[in-house]
Amino acid sequence: MLATLIQRAVMQGIPLLFGSTGEILTEKSGNLNLGIPGIMYVGGISGVIGAFFYEGSLAAPEDANPFLAISIPLLCSILGSLIMGLIYCFLTVTLRANQNVTGLAITTFGVGFGNFFGGSLIKLVDTDIPSISLTTTSNFFRTTLPFADSTGWFGKIFLSYGFLAYAAIIIALGCSFFLNRTRGGLHLRAVGENPATADAAGISVTKTKYLATCIGSVIAGLGGLYYVMDYANGVWSNDGFGDRGWLAIALVIFVIWKPKFGILGSILFGGLYIIYLFIPGLALRTQELFKMLPYVVTIIVLIIVSARNKKENQGPQSLGLSYFREER
Amino acid sequence: MNKTKTHEPLFHIAKRDSLPVYKSWAIRGMAILAALIVAGVITMLLTGENPIQVYATMFKGAFGTSRRIWSLLQSLAMLLCVALAVTPAFKMRFWNIGAEGQVLIGGLATAACMITLGNKMPNALLILVMIAASMAAAAIWALIPAFFKAKFNTNETLFTLMMNYVAIQLVSYFEKLWENPKGSSNIGIINQSTHAGWLPTIGKFDYLLNIIVVLALAVFMYIYLKYSKHGYELTVVGESENTARYIGLNVKKVIMRTMILSGAICGIAGLLLVGGTNHTITTTTAGGRGFTAIMVSWLAKFNPIIMILTAFLITFLQAGAGEISTVFGLNESFSDIITGIIIFFIIGCEFFINYKLHFRSSHKEVK
Repeated sequence: MLATLIQRAVMQGIPLLFGSTGEILTEKSGNLNLGIPGIMYVGGISGVIGAFFYEGSLAAPEDANPFLAISIPLLCSILGSLIMGLIYCFLTVTLRANQNVTGLAITTFGVGFGNFFGGSLIKLVDTDIPSISLTTTSNFFRTTLPFADSTGWFGKIFLSYGFLAYAAIIIALGCSFFLNRTRGGLHLRAVGENPATADAAGISVTKTKYLATCIGSVIAGLGGLYYVMDYANGVWSNDGFGDRGWLAIALVIFVIWKPKFGILGSILFGGLYIIYLFIPGLALRTQELFKMLPYVVTIIVLIIVSARNKKENQGPQSLGLSYFREER
Repeated sequence: MNKTKTHEPLFHIAKRDSLPVYKSWAIRGMAILAALIVAGVITMLLTGENPIQVYATMFKGAFGTSRRIWSLLQSLAMLLCVALAVTPAFKMRFWNIGAEGQVLIGGLATAACMITLGNKMPNALLILVMIAASMAAAAIWALIPAFFKAKFNTNETLFTLMMNYVAIQLVSYFEKLWENPKGSSNIGIINQSTHAGWLPTIGKFDYLLNIIVVLALAVFMYIYLKYSKHGYELTVVGESENTARYIGLNVKKVIMRTMILSGAICGIAGLLLVGGTNHTITTTTAGGRGFTAIMVSWLAKFNPIIMILTAFLITFLQAGAGEISTVFGLNESFSDIITGIIIFFIIGCEFFINYKLHFRSSHKEVK
């Protein structure tokens, strides 16, 4: 039971981990990208579109080449979220638009984009398949590590996930290392804290913000890809991804902008998200109250962090502000 | 931007002092036009129809019949109401993106009154209780993040965002608590037979009352922001908190007072949606208006009267794109894509209103 709970929590947590790692990287450069929920939808649907055309080109499911089946959706997903990241950057960094408004517009667009193509992809290409169900490609995404089934609870907790889950953890650790131990990370944080100072020190604010936000978007988009191809078995359902994108933004605060805490934080959030399934005898309506736990916990963390006002626990100082050199 | 020291950059950017009003609106108009062309081309690619046909369909969808016009006006009024609610907070630079939750809580309070007090007191009294309850509930919901912002400077964008989902789950809980009939997991039409707590209709126009209330609110908000002392104070806090403190304003009080107002108007939106329109409540009663309203308010530069136009633009697009998706058999999310594109363009064009590009004067060095 406990092993099952942990396994399910991890599977719920992985999309959140991708989303929050991407958003941390973005926020560290001073961009509060509220478009993450939309970008995760785009990342998911782009992967689905890629996989859909790849499966459509196969004569029989057995012909599928593992390498292509994984790399085509992966590249499509990366490309899709990269474009969304570029739109966000162009509007907020180059054109200095308001970040909140831009982010919300990206989310409206992205969720609409996902649901639109998820709902009408079949109609647009005129095939006779009843619904998008990419089991062939999905199976490659879901391939677990060897011995997952034969090692009991150990295998269940540690080995039973598709490769994207391990990628999420590696990316989070990589981000943590990058932000805290490298010169590039130092520059990135400098831009987020005080772009004017960073500019004076010779760091290109525009380039840093573009890079951080676009890479952050790509990472977040992978969360959408993981959700459809692995968690949902390659079946796209409209609004199926739900509010996980916002939960990922909540997670950023919960882990006080530290990607390595995100690994455990995402599993905890994932657990809170589904804990109601594991408490026996809950009425249907009480389950709904349990579903608000991750948000309530985030609010409490937000309050505690701001009340204690310790410098190392705060978000980047210039978070949400556009930078214009001539404006002092 | 360009770091080459020996060459003059191709262009540099400077802030404009101010642009004549007609020019800035001409730029916005051009942006909307450009956006409509792009949206038309995309629709054309997806449906294979010519763009004129597409726009004709949009107009038909929005204004085709008198019923459609009324429902357009109703959606317009509701969106405008939420946009008016978030405006004073934005003007104070308090990013209240929790309007969605505040509307829901207002609606929930309304529904609670209708369900628990319906048929137990005179209808007029019930409606008064509903008005008070919805405004108070939503105001308190908005006050919570404002209180922590004032006390600890807690990030309000993220706080209000989280409050949305707490509100959604709360509604979801009550949906199941009050489910009718049993086992359906939704509330159904409240007091369908007695109409207790239903807001009165003016003549035979279902939505006229909503529209009048919201128009009155728009005028009120215009006067409040432009001519009242409160409006002045919150503008000062928005422009510079230090200045506000220097001239002896109680910044914390202004923040909390403004958010109570913001929340109370969201409560009215909830009241109108539940008591005057749907006569039921679901988790989607607010329907994303809390987020769309932010764009409406921002596009209008926080001017309540211009907000009528921007809210109209968004509502028209959604109704029109909805029609396109029905006629051409596309998914209904099509309207979100079109709305997104148009907003991108309008957001982008603000740059050309606020900043000026100076191109390099035509020297010999042409690359």
